[in-house]
Amino acid sequence: MFQTSLELLKFHWAAYSIYALLIISVIAWFGYNLTRKEKVKSIVRIPFYGYIAFLVAGGVGHHIFTYNAIPWVAEDIMRHEITPDRDYEIEIAKHKWKLPEEQMVANMGEKVRFNVHSHDLTYGFGLFRKDGTMVMQMQVVPKHDNDIVWTFHECGKFDLTSTEYAGPGQYDKETGEDKMFVKDALIVNCNDKFASR
Amino acid sequence: MENVAKKPFLEQLIHGTNFDADSLSALQKVTLRAVVMSFLFFGLVAIEGMIMRMVQTGPINPLPEMFNHPDHYFSIMTVHPIVGIFGSTYQLVFAAFMFLVPYLTKKPLYSVKLANFVWLCITIGTAMAWIAGFIWQYAPLYTLYWPLPADFEQFSVIGAFVFVIGVALIMIGTIGFIYNIYATIFARTGVHKNKTTKELLISGFGIDGLMNLIHKLMGKPPYSKEPALSLPVVAIFRGTVDTFLDAIVILGAGILVLVYIVAHAGGLSWDVHAVDSLLYKNYFWWGLDLVADGLVLIYVAGSWYLLATIITGQKLFMENVARAALLLELFVSWMVWSHHLLADQPQPEMMKLISGEMVTAFELLTQGLALFITLVTLWKARPLKMSPELAYLLGGLVGFGLAVPAGIIQADMGLNRVLHNTQWISFAHFHIALIVGLYMTLYSALYVLWPLVTNNTKLFSKKLTWAHFWLYLIGGIGMGAFAGMAGLDGMLRRHLYVDGEFHGWMILAAIFGTMVLIAWFLFLYNIVMSVGLKGLIGIFKPANNDIATFGIEEEPEPAPAAVKA
Repeated sequence: MFQTSLELLKFHWAAYSIYALLIISVIAWFGYNLTRKEKVKSIVRIPFYGYIAFLVAGGVGHHIFTYNAIPWVAEDIMRHEITPDRDYEIEIAKHKWKLPEEQMVANMGEKVRFNVHSHDLTYGFGLFRKDGTMVMQMQVVPKHDNDIVWTFHECGKFDLTSTEYAGPGQYDKETGEDKMFVKDALIVNCNDKFASR
Repeated sequence: MENVAKKPFLEQLIHGTNFDADSLSALQKVTLRAVVMSFLFFGLVAIEGMIMRMVQTGPINPLPEMFNHPDHYFSIMTVHPIVGIFGSTYQLVFAAFMFLVPYLTKKPLYSVKLANFVWLCITIGTAMAWIAGFIWQYAPLYTLYWPLPADFEQFSVIGAFVFVIGVALIMIGTIGFIYNIYATIFARTGVHKNKTTKELLISGFGIDGLMNLIHKLMGKPPYSKEPALSLPVVAIFRGTVDTFLDAIVILGAGILVLVYIVAHAGGLSWDVHAVDSLLYKNYFWWGLDLVADGLVLIYVAGSWYLLATIITGQKLFMENVARAALLLELFVSWMVWSHHLLADQPQPEMMKLISGEMVTAFELLTQGLALFITLVTLWKARPLKMSPELAYLLGGLVGFGLAVPAGIIQADMGLNRVLHNTQWISFAHFHIALIVGLYMTLYSALYVLWPLVTNNTKLFSKKLTWAHFWLYLIGGIGMGAFAGMAGLDGMLRRHLYVDGEFHGWMILAAIFGTMVLIAWFLFLYNIVMSVGLKGLIGIFKPANNDIATFGIEEEPEPAPAAVKA
């Protein structure tokens, strides 16, 4: 159903906004009717155990829906059995990235494995589009393998920065500039052959 | 609640309405002391929050240059939750419960001295943690991801030391509160004179509610017709179990940091990686998550039940289910922490799936049940007068109705991948849960308890009360919504944006955040004009009588407002 995180986030934005307006309206309507002197008839009668079943179904169904609709969930769980098309080993120490190449390159549709190692603190590995929206991210805990397999369903140039706080050392003391921000850290080429896989 | 006759401004400011601090018992005074400190810390945290909102609006913000610097910015971000959650929320909740347990059980508080020790510990501890940020700019943030708190290349040893001692004092105060509550609940005096510890424990954990449900299903007579503890006391007891575990975990983390501080100060250079960062993260989040579940969800559910029954004067709908749900929440709240580690790839997948996704989804069930039970209890008693306590209670329900699903959404492996560490979780989830859900519930409790704790002191202005309500509700939801939307656009939490990258959303968030700040000023003004400066000082003077309970012999009626129209 969803190919990129952008599509998912747009759907989520709309769905949650509708839900938020709905719950505010319901409580406002409820509050108004609580004060009415005349006998109020309920618009709907919600059976207690039916409501409980709805909550359980909502909680469990949410995960089932995302497992089938979001492509990276199954890929994430099964990543150790996937042979990636490209493999990048990345290191971090003292708020500095050490990338395997000055610019990482992939083709659209390829499965790319990023394995990030921290030598000191907890960081975050996050890729972003030019408009600032997030492609994906993961936490990077020191002295552990932090690997992710990602299939790029969009082409373009993506920026990299740490998505987890690792102290004010990430920023220039005077200007506040993010020193871990790497412009165009990854280029994903449009490639019909891979994209159609 | 009526507007009082007008007095000259200065006279009103000094003497208030009809508040007489000398008439207060020791229990009332210790309650009010903690309430006063709580709202002072709330003001501080609101100002801090607004500073951060304004910095994020980019170069257009009118703040002095120093606020834009990373050291300064992140030190504010570090102390912001410490002051807000511990200095303000803990104090307010503890104050309410130290008064409510004696009131509901008709027994004296175990120790007023211990209660005084608690608010002093939390106040001094919060002040120390704040000072560590303000002076030494110790800024590991509340998450304390190992080994950041022991990174003395970025932070000074003295700053870390003051911060850790401050947090330790807060936790010692918290344990003192827990001891006081347990000792009061389990004291076999008054109505519990003939109860055994076993009976009180069974009731405290909600087991009697579950047994009643099972007996009903099996067609047997009820297991317990008259539970040993009333439902709000069960919620207080249940929440306190989580708060205790949370205090132990945070104290443990503090001791670990302290060991490294002492070693570093002694010239030793210990390897910080001797402690596994992922194991530490699991341990820390297990405890920290109990703040959310132990403090917020369970305490709030109990408060809703209490408020709904006081406001309507009727029995709670589905009381046995509510008791059983509190028991269920005991297991749920201990098993959900892994949703904080869904973006950690070394975390075992089964842990993510079971603890992070599936068990966490049960929060939807437990909180949804509490919301439903409260609404039906109110509905059955209609028509009701829309009093401030009822309005604040509905506001609290709206807050959790918005915040709980917003959190559950992120506790999913698919969505977490693109929402983790964004402003979505900070604002759409926990800021709305705290500012709107928790605080509006607490304001409702405050207005219900006000006549009891202040000996029927008249409030200065009804109009100010309603102005506070609307500004606070709209401001809280607006700030949470707009800053949360910035998160969907990729804005990270715990990140400094100096160029105003998300300034559109941040300007809107700052405008609505300002409404919350103004609401706080109006509330404070209303309260100060009610009790007067003389009365305010009087709260902190020793009580003339050392009574540690409330109205065993003569029990005044609860808040007159919100009775049936």
